[in-house]
Amino acid sequence: MSTYTPGQPVTAVVQRIEIHKLRQGDNLILGFSIGGGIDQDPGQNPFSGDKTDKGIYVTRITPGGPAHEAGLRMGDKIMQVNGWDMTMVTHDQARKTLTKKNEDTVRLLVTRKSLEDAVKNSMGSYPRQ
Amino acid sequence: MDTESTYSGYSYYSGRSRGSHRHGERSRDRHKPRSKDSRSEKSVTINTPPAEPLLGDSVVRGEQVQDDNWGETTTAVTGTSEHSLSQEDIVRITKDLEDSVGLDCRRYFTLTLAVILGLLVFLTPLAFLLLPHLLWPEKLQSCGTACEGLFISVAFKLLILLLAVWALFFRPPRAGLPRVFVFRALLAVLVLLFVVSYWLFYGVRILDSQDENYQGIVQYAVSLVDALLFIHYLAIVLLELRQLQPCFSVCVTRSTDGEMRHYNLGQLSIQRAALAILEHYYCDFPVHNPALLSASKSRAAKHLAGLKVYNVDGEFPAAPAEGPGNNAAAGLAHSQSRAMIAAAARRRDTSHNELYYEEAEHERRVRKRKARLVVAVEEAFTHIKRMQEEEQKKAPGDVMDPREAAQAIFPSMARALQKYLRTTKQQHCHSMESIQQHLAFCITNNMTPKAFLESYLAPGPTLQYSRDHWLARQWTLISEASVTSGLKDGSIFVLKCADFSLVVTTKKIPYIQMSEEYIDPKSHKFVLRLQSETSV
Repeated sequence: MSTYTPGQPVTAVVQRIEIHKLRQGDNLILGFSIGGGIDQDPGQNPFSGDKTDKGIYVTRITPGGPAHEAGLRMGDKIMQVNGWDMTMVTHDQARKTLTKKNEDTVRLLVTRKSLEDAVKNSMGSYPRQ
Repeated sequence: MDTESTYSGYSYYSGRSRGSHRHGERSRDRHKPRSKDSRSEKSVTINTPPAEPLLGDSVVRGEQVQDDNWGETTTAVTGTSEHSLSQEDIVRITKDLEDSVGLDCRRYFTLTLAVILGLLVFLTPLAFLLLPHLLWPEKLQSCGTACEGLFISVAFKLLILLLAVWALFFRPPRAGLPRVFVFRALLAVLVLLFVVSYWLFYGVRILDSQDENYQGIVQYAVSLVDALLFIHYLAIVLLELRQLQPCFSVCVTRSTDGEMRHYNLGQLSIQRAALAILEHYYCDFPVHNPALLSASKSRAAKHLAGLKVYNVDGEFPAAPAEGPGNNAAAGLAHSQSRAMIAAAARRRDTSHNELYYEEAEHERRVRKRKARLVVAVEEAFTHIKRMQEEEQKKAPGDVMDPREAAQAIFPSMARALQKYLRTTKQQHCHSMESIQQHLAFCITNNMTPKAFLESYLAPGPTLQYSRDHWLARQWTLISEASVTSGLKDGSIFVLKCADFSLVVTTKKIPYIQMSEEYIDPKSHKFVLRLQSETSV
């Protein structure tokens, strides 16, 4: 994960993940849990490399659920949901964006360390912007 | 089985040899005592160049070591100290007698000087007032109201001055210091000069010209008394107030057992600082017990005893200690001692083992004796009961006063107490009489057995014991700087008495720079540390 310098655009290697929501009774569930947010304490986040990172992270995945099948993994940082930015939102805003009742699928952009490493290894040097 | 050492003529032997030191320098088996009493091991003197007796100086206490170079020697280390204490006593008493005569002379001399100065100071204003009336009464103007008012003022100021001087100077002297007390001497000189100058002025301007203005003379006398009061104020500030603010931290170490204390002192001269330290010493330091030092001395003896230097090349330096001009011999002796130090360092020494087991055993013994003692004392205390007032009137049967009560219950605890004191080597500090007195005191004041025992379980300050333990009232101050100079950072001096010395080092208390920081009471705000996890 790249560290955030104020005023500079954030760059990351991301993966597109499309999750189809599962209907369980009256609810549409995605099958994972999120943690983090700008109103939360970033020091408690076990998945972030930089302990000042206030982004939204995936903390648990229900095995066999829609998220797991779509390829989401524990520890992923969610950068966008359906085009909405997730790097500077409160915890509640993230939850609401993910659980909109009139949407059946969500398209996430997620980043993880292994993605960056893979790109670095394959290209030899990380392309700088 | 003794072999003669060829080069020095000294002989040695191996005593009751458990391991022999016959064959050269290495003796591995030397330190295997068969009994627990390791003090009975023999030691051999080494003929090192500083030809001193092995265990040091002439003021050895509690041990009789014979430094014998001529043949069979047994080093008998005895633990009794009555014998050596009485020798100490004699030495000290004679020294006290010799010095007290000289000190008393000096004391009386200063006392007479002070009295003369005081009389001069007090009689001068009165003389100023009376002399015109005696010498030229008819020419003198009569004294009006204002003038008579000044008489009252002179009288009261003189009274106040008298009381103040009595309070400050007429106190029993605490000590005799080696050098004169500089501030007091300066003040006395100042007062003398002052009074003499006033007399001069009076003599020239008033007596000679026979001045008639009596009011002026009275005012002159009043000004003298005022100035004397101000000099007294100066005396208070210089003698009493200046050293109150702590400025130095002194560290006092006793040379025999390393007891250390720290005190804060103000700006004092070295001799006054030494006096203050000695007064603290008597109250704070545990009493000096020479019987506790014998163990380390015997260990030191054993360290040197195992090695013997042989010179196989056949050189014969006659006596290495003789003659400073004997350079070759001195060099040879120097190399010998270095060889011995090297050998001692290499040798596998098991004396630490001995020390460890000995100390553990001693600890166990002390604790056992202490347990017996505590039980005995508690039992003894249950035998007596305080009688109430009403009972006293009713049954005047077997009634005892505290002293008799103490004597009645003392025998039941005497043996346990004696054994405990012997084990902790305190038996010479307490006599039977003092123990019984203390017991009577505790009974009178309703103390518990534990309170009675506390003064015997651990050594207390020197003041707690009987007078003969304070015999070291003769102290010597050893200092490189002059003893009337002030204390400085890093000054070191030594206070020596007959048995031990106190080494004093000084450090200046650092200058403290303090700054302030203001915190608004409304600025204390807190937030919760949130860590929520939501499933979607």
